[in-house]
Amino acid sequence: MEILWLLGVPLAGGLLLALFGHKRWAPELNTLMSLLTFIAAAVLTVGIVSEGPITAFGEQFFIDSFNVFLVALTAFVGFTTALFSRPYMRIEQHHGRLSSNMLRLYHSMYQLFTFTMLLALTTNNMGILWVAMEAATLTTVLLVSLYRTPASLEAAWKYFILCGVGIAQALFGTILLYFAAEKLLGAGGNALLWTHLNEVKGQLEPTVLSLAFVFLLVGYGTKVGLVPLHNWLPDAHAEGPTPVSAVLSGLLLNVALYAVVRSKVLVDGALASHLAGNLMMGFGLLSVVVAAFFLSRQKDVKRMFAYSSIEHMGLMTFAFGMGGAVATFAALLHMTVHSLTKSAIFFTVGHAAQKTGSQLMENIRGLVDTNPTIGWGLMLGSLAILGVPPFGVFASEFLIITTAMHEHPWATPFLLLALGVAFAAIFSRVQEMVFGETTGKRLPHPPALIPVFVHLSLVLALGLYTPPYLAEWYRQAARLIG
Amino acid sequence: MVPAFSIQLLNFLAALLLLIAFAMLSQRRILSLIYLFAWQGAVLALSTTVVAYSTGQDHLYYSAALTLILKALLLPWILHRLIIRLNIKWDVETMINVPTTMLVGIGLVIIAFNLAAPISQLAGTITRNALGFAMASVLLSFLMMITRHKAVAQVVGFLAMENGLFFAATSATYGMPMVVELGIALDVLVGTVIFGIFFFRIRETFDSLDIKHLEKLKED
Repeated sequence: MEILWLLGVPLAGGLLLALFGHKRWAPELNTLMSLLTFIAAAVLTVGIVSEGPITAFGEQFFIDSFNVFLVALTAFVGFTTALFSRPYMRIEQHHGRLSSNMLRLYHSMYQLFTFTMLLALTTNNMGILWVAMEAATLTTVLLVSLYRTPASLEAAWKYFILCGVGIAQALFGTILLYFAAEKLLGAGGNALLWTHLNEVKGQLEPTVLSLAFVFLLVGYGTKVGLVPLHNWLPDAHAEGPTPVSAVLSGLLLNVALYAVVRSKVLVDGALASHLAGNLMMGFGLLSVVVAAFFLSRQKDVKRMFAYSSIEHMGLMTFAFGMGGAVATFAALLHMTVHSLTKSAIFFTVGHAAQKTGSQLMENIRGLVDTNPTIGWGLMLGSLAILGVPPFGVFASEFLIITTAMHEHPWATPFLLLALGVAFAAIFSRVQEMVFGETTGKRLPHPPALIPVFVHLSLVLALGLYTPPYLAEWYRQAARLIG
Repeated sequence: MVPAFSIQLLNFLAALLLLIAFAMLSQRRILSLIYLFAWQGAVLALSTTVVAYSTGQDHLYYSAALTLILKALLLPWILHRLIIRLNIKWDVETMINVPTTMLVGIGLVIIAFNLAAPISQLAGTITRNALGFAMASVLLSFLMMITRHKAVAQVVGFLAMENGLFFAATSATYGMPMVVELGIALDVLVGTVIFGIFFFRIRETFDSLDIKHLEKLKED
């Protein structure tokens, strides 16, 4: 029942806002819809945590501890981003960058994008998972090119083509999976249901499954932003409106990684070898290292944090690839804290860019003087994402690195080097932007900074103390993934 | 028991599909490219019907009908209207190195058949040879997307790739579950419409549909 609300509200919101998205009260309606979605997600989460996994609507939907945690996170960040987007988009309109038609498109697509992500998370059908991932691209591609500048058009075209081609590989992987499953489960709807596949995973044909996993990893990995398939990501993040950058980075990448992990569970069951994990570790490590070095060469602040997202997604992929209870626990924790921190950073960066009228870091100076909350928000957010204790990112990175030292010592130097390079690059840039001579001007609407500090205090709280029920929840999820 | 005739017919249609993929690779005129794409859709619908008839899988008739309507009629019609409204109906693309592209294409076909061989042996389906053909046409469409510089040609390549994947689904597995197929069809349709919107925006901004204008965002 909660699932119906969870999916129905954003879908209805998308349709409503397609009609009324240009009205003066549309941002409030958008926020209200996101709030309702979040309430539905919270109710669902409480149910799952106390009563265990459920399936619904003829097993078409399946919720367990792993995906319900992502559902809650997605709905929460979706809601806070809607709160942030309210003043942000008003300021953009005030600056004359947006027409009322563009706002209507933006609001409608924002809700539909939330819908596609929640559908991808809750569906039990690997085919529908693919359909929802592709639909998530379709809903965001017009948002990336919302401003219709040449650069944003180029970014959106690249995003569309690269993710389209990438996700086509995932479709081939899904077809191969179905091909293997159909022999055991018979043709028809059931052979793509994850719960059914999970029961028979030991008997699935290993050669087909290993080929299928390669295609699934390349396909969904394109959307995770794994190097060398990451080319679309910095452009799409830099050229789209900031709320879109925040949800792309904080949520879409997580959902894509979720698809990879779901596939990995099946493949691990079918193969005696550690092929899936090794592939993920390889891609993950490469992403961490390459992204860290690209990071230090960026001039655009949103591009820099986009590369930082690639780095962190690489770290999570690496941790899921290692497998085992501790690494998986750490990866889940890292998913949560990265999502919260990165979206908070994008909120502050968005307002900072609005104040100075530029996304180039050399033009952003002295935020602390003109608007201390934006300045300190950016500073604290950056410290959090760089893994400075006592923030939650430190806890998860610490767990990942200690596990790596134990199980794959060869990888540790690369990880430490990459984290060090990223630290030096981001910290020095952010320091210049936050302190220093001031250039900014006042914003026509008060900026939304409550979401920033809510996110950062959650991340801080997770670093200091993980409540027992939350730890238990992560542990349950980690056991499911194995 | 499946009559040998259907197997022959399917192999013939699969070969035809591959031939069309090669023709697309070398076709310079945008309009002819769209006609080729429509023919590919028609062949796909026909082959799905043959599989449906010879195996008695009734739901495949629906997906054959869906393919015919969507891929042989609706999508080509949308593309055709787009190129008329964009006034690029008679555009001819200058391509260098068609022979080299063809040679690379032949190489890709060999790779595809090698990759598909171990899986084809596992297939109990009548269409087992077809998996190699399907993979080859996917790779050829991929090559087409890489070598083209016009936005419309790239999109046709993208859609042709989806055709190849659909053929893989029918040939290896007698078709995906209906709900998934409908979802995929919806995504493809919405995707094409959004591509259409993009054509206009790109043209408005750059006065051309050549994607060489879209290569400015590079790392320094």
